[in-house]
Amino acid sequence: MFWDYLLSALALGMTFLYGSTGEIITEKAGHLNLGIPGIMCVGAAGGCASLHYMIMGGVTNGFVLVVVGILCSFLSAALMGLIYSFLAVSLHANQNVTGLALTTFGVGLMKYIIFDLTDGNSVPYLQALNAFRFPFASANNAWKYCGVMVFLAIIIALVTSFVLFKTKVGLHLRAIGENPATADAAGINVTAYKYVATCVGSGIAGLGGLCYIMDYAGSREAYLSIEALGWLAIALVIFAMWRPHISIFGSLIFGALFIAGAFIPSLISLKILQTMRAAPLLKMLPYVVTVIVLIITSVKDKKENQPPASLGLSYFREER
Amino acid sequence: MNKTVALDLRGITKAFGKVVANNNVDLSVYEGEILAILGENGCGKTTLMNMIAGIYYPDKGQIIVKGEEVVIRSPKDAFEHGIGMIHQHFKLVDVFSAGENVVLGIDDKKRYNIKDVNNRVLEISERYGFSIDPKKKIYEMSVSEKQTVEIIKVLYRGAEILILDEPTAVLTPQETETLFSVLRRMRDDGKSIIIITHKLHEVLSVSDRVAVLRKGEHIATVNTAETSESELTEMMVGKKIELNIDRSAVAELAERLVVSGINSYDSDGIKVLDNICFTANGGEILGIAGIAGSGQRELLEAIAGLQPLESGEITYNDPKSGERVNLRDKTPLQIREMGVRLSFVPEDRLGMGLVANMDITDNMMLRSYRRGKSAFLNRKNPRALAGEIVESLEVVTPGLSTPVRRLSGGNVQKVLVGREIAAAPTVFMAAYPVRGLDINSSYMIYNLLNEQKEKGVAVIFVGEDLDVLVALCDRILVINSGRITGVVDARTSTKEEIGLLMTKTDKAPAESCEKEDRCDG
Repeated sequence: MFWDYLLSALALGMTFLYGSTGEIITEKAGHLNLGIPGIMCVGAAGGCASLHYMIMGGVTNGFVLVVVGILCSFLSAALMGLIYSFLAVSLHANQNVTGLALTTFGVGLMKYIIFDLTDGNSVPYLQALNAFRFPFASANNAWKYCGVMVFLAIIIALVTSFVLFKTKVGLHLRAIGENPATADAAGINVTAYKYVATCVGSGIAGLGGLCYIMDYAGSREAYLSIEALGWLAIALVIFAMWRPHISIFGSLIFGALFIAGAFIPSLISLKILQTMRAAPLLKMLPYVVTVIVLIITSVKDKKENQPPASLGLSYFREER
Repeated sequence: MNKTVALDLRGITKAFGKVVANNNVDLSVYEGEILAILGENGCGKTTLMNMIAGIYYPDKGQIIVKGEEVVIRSPKDAFEHGIGMIHQHFKLVDVFSAGENVVLGIDDKKRYNIKDVNNRVLEISERYGFSIDPKKKIYEMSVSEKQTVEIIKVLYRGAEILILDEPTAVLTPQETETLFSVLRRMRDDGKSIIIITHKLHEVLSVSDRVAVLRKGEHIATVNTAETSESELTEMMVGKKIELNIDRSAVAELAERLVVSGINSYDSDGIKVLDNICFTANGGEILGIAGIAGSGQRELLEAIAGLQPLESGEITYNDPKSGERVNLRDKTPLQIREMGVRLSFVPEDRLGMGLVANMDITDNMMLRSYRRGKSAFLNRKNPRALAGEIVESLEVVTPGLSTPVRRLSGGNVQKVLVGREIAAAPTVFMAAYPVRGLDINSSYMIYNLLNEQKEKGVAVIFVGEDLDVLVALCDRILVINSGRITGVVDARTSTKEEIGLLMTKTDKAPAESCEKEDRCDG
């Protein structure tokens, strides 16, 4: 039972991890993208739609299905990032409003696509991804949750951390998020970086949606939860203090807390947990933990743990 | 002189809208020399340098680097031609280390390795005599350390021509001396250094040649060894221009506001007000002259209760009750209620004075909303007041319900000043009230100030045009780097005298308040 809990938490956590890694990249470029929940939905829809068409079209090669599915998910989510960039970077629209609009749009779009395409059938494409699971995984044990999307999430998070903190590209990106005028004066193409960071970040976040439907939930009915998970992914960014490698552990904690309601009562035999229908209360725990982290980092007031200094602000070169 | 020309500017012209910032400027800099660029506020020093550094692009003219004409469209282009500028406001990322800031934006195809960068930074520091820890974060640094990082940033990119925009404005005298010795070392190393400043004694002590700009035009370039403070001042301020501002005679003076020994620091810990003492009398216009950013804004804000003070007192003599009150312990609201009015017109008059998206009537209400008794707005009185102001001050507006942002600068200013005057002030403070206004609107404002003075109001006028200050005010307080360097009688003093006081920085011994402020007689 404990292993079930841990592996479920891990698989669910990866959804958060994709979302938060994507959001960290975007925020490091100074853009608060509140469209992440919607973008994750679109990522899920894009991936599912592509798998659906491939399977309907007779593609059976598991490798092709997985690679194309992930690619389509990434691209459709990145397209949302492009809309965001155009509005928030080029037109200097308010970032919060733009992000919230994208969330509303993304959730609606996903409902339409998934309902319309799958036509009420159960998802046939789940098996496709099973090709990349551990040999000892079966439908009856928790290892079924550990698929290719889980490994990909951790790899992406580690690579992102490396790029952000150990390469010039990362240095430039962080400089833009902290002080775009300085980056501009240093000859960095601020607009290009912002566009690329937002689109790549959105693409990665979009994989979170696919990951949830494909690996964790395993049913298209699960789409309704993606939005809520998206908000948690944004909270995870704060929890991880804008560091993707911390986000890996954070995502595990978030995952564990989020499903605590389903497992804790059977693991710990506390009467009160079983009688009180504690599940919804336990689901709040990730937010509570985030608030605690926020309090701790604010009290410590270490500059490195604070959000990028120009997060949420538009940058006009002429305005000085 | 048989030196090679490093940088040559020919006929550089730049205009922002109707304002010509630089007009046909010729300037050359040799290798291995320090050239000082001297000029008043808004004479186009920084604009000119920004064009070399790639921030602005000239409308006309040529920039010639080492004999070849170049086109500089961005800071990157400037770096490619070996030109680096150290801006007055540092362009550094706070949470990065010195080394990270230095390497930022360098595209040399080399693998990013912060250790190599740090070693190279130390190498440069050693060569020119800096002391810096490349691993230290910017937010932990002092102002002078930050400046050092900026200079190293430019040197790291192999700049041969360094431009420093008022580098000493934020430094202590000791730090300034260190900076100058570094600059001299760089000069001896064959680099060309351009330093923008308006401190005469620094010009004389560090530069080889001085170029003087006035109102966007290049007046002359002279060898420092062959010139004097008075010659430079004369070139800087120019000949006196006659203005026909009516200055009414001072009728009766009543001591209204006594500022004694106030000190204040800004958020960076830099001293912005240094032992300021003066008296503002009812029935006179007290002018405040000084280079921009010398503490004028902070001084007015201190009186209005907006600037926290470290020490000192501001005593207000209430003309109605005859009481003496210390404004320092009062909130801005209490101060306002006593009749001290701040009509503050800083760089953006819509920022602190009016709300751009609200109409004239609603802006009137910003001052009177507390009088309302019910939860609902009563627009009747404010509308009447707005109508009065529009009529008496000839505000050009489509109507009272037009958002003020649609009005021109002069009309916005009239609305603001009109509202403040309508509140029957006893102290009226105006900072740069005519900035950006045409001649007619400016004169209207001058007349309004005179009117207030005749009513017995203590008027404090912060201005930048010395001709106006001399013609309008009764006394002029000269402020320099947060310190008062002199109080002169506007009727007898000259522009040169004020100009010299504005730029002198030799540390006078800290005088007591008794002694200062007593020179008008």
